[in-house]
Amino acid sequence: MFSDYSLGDLGSILAMQGFAGLILFSVFVLMALGLAIIFGQMGVINMAHGEFMILGAYVTYLCSELFTNYLPALYNGYFPVAIVAAFCASGALGLLVEWVLIRHLYRRPLDTLLATWGLSLILQQVYRSIFGAREVGVELPDWMLGSTHLTDTIEVPINGIIVMCITTAITVAVYLLIFRSGWGKRVRAVMSNRTMAGAVGIDTERVDRMTFGIGCGIAGIAGSAFTMVGSTSPTAGQLYIVDTFLVVVFGGAQSLLGTIASAFTISQAQSTLEFFTSGSNAKVLTLLTVVAILMVRPQGLFTVKVRR
Amino acid sequence: MRRRLLMGMAALPAAALLPRAGFAADKPATAAVNTTGLAVTDDTVTVGILHSITGTMAISETGSVEAEKLAIEQINASGGVLGRQIKFIQEDGGSDWPTFAEKAKKLLVNDKVAAVMGCWTSASRKAVLPVFEQYNGMLYYPTFYEGLEQSKNVIYTGQEATQQIIAGLDWIVKEKGAKTFYLLGSDYIWPRTSNKIARKHIENHLTGTKVVGEEYFPLGSTQFNSVINKIKLTKPDVIYAIIVGGSNVAFYKQLKAAGIDLSKQNLMTISVTEDEIQGIGGENIANAYACMKYFQSLKNPNNEKFVAAFKKMWGEKSVIGDVTQAAYLGPWLWKLTVEKAGSFDVDKVAAASPDVEFKGAPEGYVRIHPNHHLWSKTRVGRARLDGQYDVVYETKDLMEPDPFPKGYQ
Repeated sequence: MFSDYSLGDLGSILAMQGFAGLILFSVFVLMALGLAIIFGQMGVINMAHGEFMILGAYVTYLCSELFTNYLPALYNGYFPVAIVAAFCASGALGLLVEWVLIRHLYRRPLDTLLATWGLSLILQQVYRSIFGAREVGVELPDWMLGSTHLTDTIEVPINGIIVMCITTAITVAVYLLIFRSGWGKRVRAVMSNRTMAGAVGIDTERVDRMTFGIGCGIAGIAGSAFTMVGSTSPTAGQLYIVDTFLVVVFGGAQSLLGTIASAFTISQAQSTLEFFTSGSNAKVLTLLTVVAILMVRPQGLFTVKVRR
Repeated sequence: MRRRLLMGMAALPAAALLPRAGFAADKPATAAVNTTGLAVTDDTVTVGILHSITGTMAISETGSVEAEKLAIEQINASGGVLGRQIKFIQEDGGSDWPTFAEKAKKLLVNDKVAAVMGCWTSASRKAVLPVFEQYNGMLYYPTFYEGLEQSKNVIYTGQEATQQIIAGLDWIVKEKGAKTFYLLGSDYIWPRTSNKIARKHIENHLTGTKVVGEEYFPLGSTQFNSVINKIKLTKPDVIYAIIVGGSNVAFYKQLKAAGIDLSKQNLMTISVTEDEIQGIGGENIANAYACMKYFQSLKNPNNEKFVAAFKKMWGEKSVIGDVTQAAYLGPWLWKLTVEKAGSFDVDKVAAASPDVEFKGAPEGYVRIHPNHHLWSKTRVGRARLDGQYDVVYETKDLMEPDPFPKGYQ
């Protein structure tokens, strides 16, 4: 397949392909982080994760409409505003959902699966009723479109770079929040031993609510970022949910480092296989590999010792 | 036995009304036009509309429902069918194929509708087909599809694959001197069958042309950077893309982001109508070529009237894609066929269908072929920034529908 091409061509394609892998990695990390926090730290299987993402995407859509119609002068800078708004909207919905639904189900993890799946159906229909069944087109300012030339032959998509930047920023923020702040310490305490944490005076309900809210908020940011690469429709969240769970479970549910390692492994495997075989085959091979590894190592790549 | 008894009872009141019906000279008696117990009265006839208005497919099927309702309203305003106003019962397939079958059965058995306008995906059509054949109903199916099917009980108002594909390939080879093609598709029956036809045509029927890549992606795939790199490496003259649904949006956004300029790189698609461009964004797909039978921008008096009426009924912002127009043909073709047959009976309608002509079609003249597909022209459009297409080519003659093409399977 490569005999017809010059070395220079191949070099630049490989470089671009490497970059495509990195973009996929960033996308995976971004969509999985919110779920990793909720699933890993709280044990809640949030099937509505994709819908929280799409809420972020719709908020971005609303922001773009708002700026086009009322603040055209600031249109070029609407995206950061949209990201913050998406975080707030999804986070707020997360807090509400936790208070209404999730907190009653903490001791019944399998029931959360059913309840959040129902929630995802409800949210989809709500989006459909409000925004219509059709996809909405989120317009982006010109500077976020197109590609940039690193050398004469190597060009990389700008939206990919932006996704990578957002992912890096969010990952660092989550790391600081969980491992370097007092709140993170309480979250980790509740995760290791809920009863004991309560006994030493940690308000476990409050910690749970904030954790769920922040996890959902991060999903909102992911949705907002994905308007650059994907579609925004009531059911678009379903496109992401399988990959998201795959990344989190493969990485080891409790470990944020595991999530990142697993996103890296899966994305590199998939993009390399896509290049050498084809889209559908790459997916099959990746899934088979993950299944095989999980059979040998059911706890995932990384584990954290937890006393239950 | 019980059913026959019930049907006999249903026919009784109609028979009693027979003498009275004679007053209206232009309106034939109900008993004469309805011998099989369909939901036909002296003043009304009931049809069914069966599409997904919830679930994934609602995105696509909404336009079809709107077009069918518009056609029914217009037919009623012009005097109805055999002097009877059309009433419709709408059912929701819910993007779920068994539900489609169940609702089809309900429409045919409980509601006794005279015809059904419905379905969108091939999967839903395959699910309802046995129901329509068993209970002898009439389905008007609007979507362009892969072919390889023909039924007495279905009129296919969209194009089958060879009608849509071959003319477009011929055009791009002649007009752009294209030699190499990269075939892409979502991974299910329609893109795979269509690409198979495209490949056969490129390899066996055109000269000096070849396929340099063929690839499929799971439905809902959102990452296309790897295949875009492969396209950059192989530098095909034409990217031939049959990607559907949410994947479409991701594909065109990423293509644009990767610096592939569609004004320099030819791309031809048979799956992106004006409907899909709303989600993709005109700036991401401008200059791509689409090959189908209808574009909203078609310039002819029928279409101008149709577009104006559609926007009046469903809002100024609504757009009309190929399938929406094909859905609009359904009620009209049914009306013309019923009037030709002089009866609502399904057997007579099916028998009268061949050679029914509709001169008022927005796409221009269409005619039903004996194989129950439509003779229609094929057109190539170039996408504009505003999400509409400029028609750059149309076939001189109507393309003959050929659902079982020899040499293409």
